[in-house]
Amino acid sequence: MADHAHKLEILRGLIKFKSNTQKIWGVLILLTIVTAVEVILGIYKPDALMAPFLGMKILNWIFIILTIVKAYYITWDFMHMRDETKSLRRMVVWTAVFLICYLIFILLLEGGYVFDVYKEGFVKTDF
Amino acid sequence: MDNTVVSTGTEGKTWGGGNKPLKASYGKMMMWFFIVSDALTFSGFLAAYGFSRFKFIDSWPIADEVFTHVPFFHGNYPMIYVAFMTFVLIMSSVTMVLAVDAGHEMKKAKVTFYMFLTIIGGLIFVGSQAWEWATFIKGDYGAIQTKGGNILQFGEYVEKDGEQIFKRVALRDFAVIDDHKERVQDERKSGLWFTSEGTLPTYTVGEVLNGLEANKNVLVRTQIINEEGHKTVLSRKESLRQIEENGIMVVEGANLHVNEYGTPLFADFFFFITGFHGFHVFSGVVINIIIFFNVIIGTYERRKNYEMVEKVGLYWHFVDLVWVFVFTFFYLV
Repeated sequence: MADHAHKLEILRGLIKFKSNTQKIWGVLILLTIVTAVEVILGIYKPDALMAPFLGMKILNWIFIILTIVKAYYITWDFMHMRDETKSLRRMVVWTAVFLICYLIFILLLEGGYVFDVYKEGFVKTDF
Repeated sequence: MDNTVVSTGTEGKTWGGGNKPLKASYGKMMMWFFIVSDALTFSGFLAAYGFSRFKFIDSWPIADEVFTHVPFFHGNYPMIYVAFMTFVLIMSSVTMVLAVDAGHEMKKAKVTFYMFLTIIGGLIFVGSQAWEWATFIKGDYGAIQTKGGNILQFGEYVEKDGEQIFKRVALRDFAVIDDHKERVQDERKSGLWFTSEGTLPTYTVGEVLNGLEANKNVLVRTQIINEEGHKTVLSRKESLRQIEENGIMVVEGANLHVNEYGTPLFADFFFFITGFHGFHVFSGVVINIIIFFNVIIGTYERRKNYEMVEKVGLYWHFVDLVWVFVFTFFYLV
């Protein structure tokens, strides 16, 4: 257990911390800010962000991107992925990201198709 | 005895054996691979939720209108309580990572303290989850289900800040109670010994219809989302017609078969995904308690490393990670 040197900078070196404990609190503040932004946007739902963009409201895209940001910091700093070797990191992250993207693509496309069948096809739903 | 080992020509290379190419212990690496497979399980559930939602994209319940309660407070506070739950879980992740950090420095007292805080955070979260379920099951306003399985809700237009706002009205506020109601719950003692039914709703469709006729301002709201992103409100005439012709059942709250907030699929996925996640949190708490006592009796002090805390920590952070996604897809999007 001699080598548990931590990389102590986040945001590509924009913020550097002096100790690992300090970094943990820094990441907590970041995650709290992101969650607060999500909740505030979720409560007020600004009209400007309700426009559709690539099949979804802009607001929903913002939520999803902020979620991925949070997931990144939880994995990289709380789970110490930042300190693992590149190969372990890629085994875990690339595998999961590829399979999840594939699954989401297939299921959402199919879901949209079934919606169209219900809406424009012969299946009656308004009885 | 050296002869028993065959020379492969890979000695001294990264994957030649005898070293750790990933610089992680076996246990930690396997925890990572378990997490990958568990992440795929959760993505399967969430993607299935997305599938069903895209399938009924124009009639899916709006989460803000479903989860609006905060314990000990009356009124309408969408999202506040879930935001609190999210914060509790993130906070317990922080205490966990502080425990891991203290473990690296071999500070037993600090590890114990932070593990204790982590367990408390986990328990608060599971408790909140249980409360959230109970509120969802109990329901709020009540609704009528139609022959086709659609949900019709009630409300009225009220003026607020010079704007007409559709405000939900609960069945108990307008249904006219029929004192000569004859229908009682069928129990095994009352009729055929092998037939029975679940609890009857508080009101019958007839009572709701009478109430609707008596209260001229109450209107029916359907599941269909209009262009402004609100649920469609029917005219007075259409409201009466729909309840009279299509209403067959009063629905209060939600379970796996019916859901007063909209399609039963929403309730099914809610129970299944948050339940599966809640079960992960619960098992995380149990594992944390085991490790907590191991720390107290000095197991890791004798072992001269606290890596076990780190491995359990990985699992605990993963539970937090999953919640971040559940929060987004169930409550925000």
